[in-house]
Amino acid sequence: MKVKLHIWRQSKKSTRKDFKQDGKMVCYEVDHVSPDMSFLEMLDVLNEDLIRSGEEPVAFDHDCREGICGSCGVMIDGVAHGPEKGTTTCQLHMRSFQDGAEIYIEPWRASAFPVIRDLVVDRAAFDRVVQSGAYISVNTGAPQDANAIPIPKPDADKAFDAATCIGCGACVASCKNASAMLFVGAKISHFAHLPQGKVEREQRARNLVEQMDEEGFGNCTNQYECEAVCPKEIPIRVIADMNREFLRAKAKEE
Amino acid sequence: MNLDARIPDGPIQDKWDTRKFQLKLVNPANKRKYRIIVVGSGLAGASAAASLAELGYAVDCFCYQDSPRRAHSIAAQGGINAAKNYRNDGDSIWRLFYDTVKGGDFRAREANVYRLAQCSVNIIDQAVAQGVPFARDYSGLLDNRSFGGAQVSRTFYARGQTGQQLLLGAYAALSRQIGLGTVTMYNRSEMLDLVKVDGHAKGVVVRDLVSGEVRSHAADAVIIATGGYGNVFYLSTNAKGCNVTAAWRAHKQGAGFANPCYTQIHPTCIPVSGDHQSKLTLMSESLRNDGRVWVSKKQGDKRLAHEIPNDERDYYLERKYPSFGNLAPRDIASRAAKEVCDDGRGIGDTGLGVYLDFRDSIERLGEPAIKARYGNLFHMYQKITAENPYKQPMRIFPAVHYTMGGLWVDYDLQSTIPGMFVCGEANFSDHGANRLGASALMQGLCDGYFVVPYTIGGYLAGQRPGAVDTNHPEFRKVEQEVEDRTKRLLAVKGKRTVDDFHRLLGKTMWDGCGMARNKAGLEQAIRDIPVMREEFWQDVKVLGSAETMNQSLEKAGRVADFLEFGELMCRDALAREESCGGHFREEHEIEGEAKRDDENFAHAAVWEHTGEIHNSIRHQEELVFDNVKLAVRSYK
Amino acid sequence: MSWLLSFWRSSIGGKVTMAVTGLMLFGFVVVHMLGNLQFLFAEPEKINSYAKMLHDLGPLLWVARIGLLSVFALHVTTAIRLSRANRSARPVAYQRPGTVQASMASRSMVLSGFSVLGFVIYHLLHFTLEVPAITPEFEAQVKIGEEFTKNVHSMVKTSFDNWYIVSAYAVFQVILFLHLSHGMQSLAQTLGLQHKRYTPIIKLTSFGLALVIAGGNMLIALSVKLDRFLPDLGLVG
Repeated sequence: MKVKLHIWRQSKKSTRKDFKQDGKMVCYEVDHVSPDMSFLEMLDVLNEDLIRSGEEPVAFDHDCREGICGSCGVMIDGVAHGPEKGTTTCQLHMRSFQDGAEIYIEPWRASAFPVIRDLVVDRAAFDRVVQSGAYISVNTGAPQDANAIPIPKPDADKAFDAATCIGCGACVASCKNASAMLFVGAKISHFAHLPQGKVEREQRARNLVEQMDEEGFGNCTNQYECEAVCPKEIPIRVIADMNREFLRAKAKEE
Repeated sequence: MNLDARIPDGPIQDKWDTRKFQLKLVNPANKRKYRIIVVGSGLAGASAAASLAELGYAVDCFCYQDSPRRAHSIAAQGGINAAKNYRNDGDSIWRLFYDTVKGGDFRAREANVYRLAQCSVNIIDQAVAQGVPFARDYSGLLDNRSFGGAQVSRTFYARGQTGQQLLLGAYAALSRQIGLGTVTMYNRSEMLDLVKVDGHAKGVVVRDLVSGEVRSHAADAVIIATGGYGNVFYLSTNAKGCNVTAAWRAHKQGAGFANPCYTQIHPTCIPVSGDHQSKLTLMSESLRNDGRVWVSKKQGDKRLAHEIPNDERDYYLERKYPSFGNLAPRDIASRAAKEVCDDGRGIGDTGLGVYLDFRDSIERLGEPAIKARYGNLFHMYQKITAENPYKQPMRIFPAVHYTMGGLWVDYDLQSTIPGMFVCGEANFSDHGANRLGASALMQGLCDGYFVVPYTIGGYLAGQRPGAVDTNHPEFRKVEQEVEDRTKRLLAVKGKRTVDDFHRLLGKTMWDGCGMARNKAGLEQAIRDIPVMREEFWQDVKVLGSAETMNQSLEKAGRVADFLEFGELMCRDALAREESCGGHFREEHEIEGEAKRDDENFAHAAVWEHTGEIHNSIRHQEELVFDNVKLAVRSYK
Repeated sequence: MSWLLSFWRSSIGGKVTMAVTGLMLFGFVVVHMLGNLQFLFAEPEKINSYAKMLHDLGPLLWVARIGLLSVFALHVTTAIRLSRANRSARPVAYQRPGTVQASMASRSMVLSGFSVLGFVIYHLLHFTLEVPAITPEFEAQVKIGEEFTKNVHSMVKTSFDNWYIVSAYAVFQVILFLHLSHGMQSLAQTLGLQHKRYTPIIKLTSFGLALVIAGGNMLIALSVKLDRFLPDLGLVG
């Protein structure tokens, strides 16, 4: 197959003042694409071609290439991770595109995710949200036996559904408001469904929301684009969970 | 090279307690004065960094990814072993210990493995307390499953993403410490060399992958937790960024490298689909609990799977290993697959593949039950191959997955460089020549949560805190070397891309030092690799500059190290004139099974760097087996 | 009070403010429609005495008006604050934007919201402040019992005799429908009401109620214009 790519190229890191930093869309054509290639392998082919012709390759984040590390992720024709549901960019295959397709590839766009280079963005904001309280404060040591606290299977399953988040940032990228509420909701919901997590639930809800706001993410307007593109198909229920937890925490605040 | 493992005396059950008592303690008030560098943020690195910070040490943690949560531990699917005996099926610490030593084909250090089995139970408790959502049954209690190489159900799991859930637990603990200011995290920072002062590890030189800046960091001790070197084969199940650089640099600074030839080839991976392939994807070993492995009895059988009647199918694992059947350990299952493919009975266009068939399980248990167990794995398989595994059997083939070899460490996980500790896959100590399924997560977390936080104190107690800072001339010297090397890579301006060289090296390694090795093949590889290395430094094409993010430059540095390391690996494989675990020498076999030579090779081979790889010196740490009897490893 | 302010300033606090004020405004819209449905009975006395009853509330009416106005103001200012924050959260737009499942209604909330605001201003100028340029002339007074009171019926009738005005009101009802159909299900989610079983019901109800309100309002204007009322259809007395 053959594809025509429009890719955002930007060599300097974005700053709060200048987000665009002379970046622009550049058009490339790639032939010898096999339908069995993953999307990133197609970009590999492009990059090899570029290097041979003396042009710097397109920078993009990727690592595990099996859909779990959350490194990869680009906007493909305006949809985070591309057209397949529940799929990361690395697990997207070229068989999902037509021969001769014209594909637009852009980095995640959010003020909280400044572009570092080409398609690479800085997602440290997510780490800082987690650092503000998405954990259970237990030191390494000798906690009670793992089976000492039975957890009803439905609760464990709900916690798991939220915990599958891979932190890729597609929710932010696809949200019309660049809101991070699916991500933050997943963190809050994960712990809210476990007895171990209940001890710090109020503090956690307050701190995470505060940090999220500080990072400059937008606000959820319940359009559910995040749910549609989430590669782990995390349900928007987690946002309702977060809202509830936050309200509860605020109501009880002294 | 001093290879005293410093194993405590006394009965094996008491050794760890003995050591914990022997270790000198650091006064709690002084702990914050000690700075510890942790390189790598996977299970071993994150858990070590978090635990050390909890104890009060000042910790600097580095990872090359954009977040510590992305380390490749995250990709482990199947589970984690622990001798909890929740199933009441006769499991015990002793049995886990025995299974692991036997599974490693009697090439692991007994005392370390016993400690691993002891700590395994604490890991589960710790993870549950952190909120790791392990699978539970309807009583609300933890569920277990059995895994390759074991006849008890001791594997805890979290659907198909146990690795991610455990890593998120460790990452959460680490994040908590970062938030508290006790750990300083350096994302997108790659360690490019170790700095020694007066023979002790006192810091690292890293490159900031965003700004390109080369920086020094000083500390009182360094922990290397940078994973394995499977990417020397180019195609492996490792993440694209996994590399040997940190370990290799440490080796060149004087750390012994043990058993580099021990690599694990995982039997259930998705076969290669073409030349463009950039990595291989593993399908969890847990699939072998319900899937049956087979090929046609006829050579070159081009019929589709469903056209081959039952009596013309060869369920070769069940036939050869009746008592373990499809659950035979990884090395054995992989080799058996290679054997049938070599026999011309492999499936698909390439003939490099075998079937993993769920037809019988679906008939017996129903599709919903199979879906509940493996739904996400089937989904992933379907996404990659566009084939429906509920309707037609999966196609699988072995692929490089894990490396048992690594930097040599003593019982305290300290390398031959004082002050440098090595945790997780990066060290060599616990899995011998083959790792059992669901044991990697166990080892990474055991090292990080429960071993190194104690043992490092024993070292630090003898050190004056903050004795060295980055103004020391050694740091300048190493920084300069790192910068020169980077400049050299950019200055070659040749014609071939980094990936070209990496692919070529991978193929050479796979052909010469892959699933089966022989003298001629290894010697050929040992001749080829230095030539390749030479060409690399004359003809590699790395564009851009060192002062910005430059992914080609990062890759080039890693491949340059693989080009050196690969040769050592082949030399190690050549020197080990026996077959054991993942190291199968065609010259040493009985009826297709590995033939160990306990008389001459019951030791860990530890390599010392002396300047040129062909001059590296092979030392030996004799392995003493007081508690298990060396036996032919039989799964029949 | 400071905690209230800090709550309002937080993202979720802002959302909750939108939800709660939205719910109140929704309540008003329902009552407003129900009151005006009395037009459908064709007898001018019904609506006129209803209007008189409201006017006779005196100070209470002002309390209600001020309350309603502040809720409205809060709804609008919060919306402005949130949407400005949303805009600055994405300083560079996508060259090729795409949408997977966001509904048209949800994506046009700001636009529909401001249209509703514009409409409300017009509506107030029209029927409350009776600005001459906007409100057609009508019989100002009507006698109910012994007292003279404002002839609301005539005011509405003369206005809705005009097709332009009827069409304007109809267009605005469509916009109101869009705004409410998303707004009502959205407020449930914001307040944390999410359940596998009930959420689809909430969504359906929200759509249905928005339809009823827009439809009810439109019915009033149309029936006045077409001079067809419930008794004509043999439905009432």
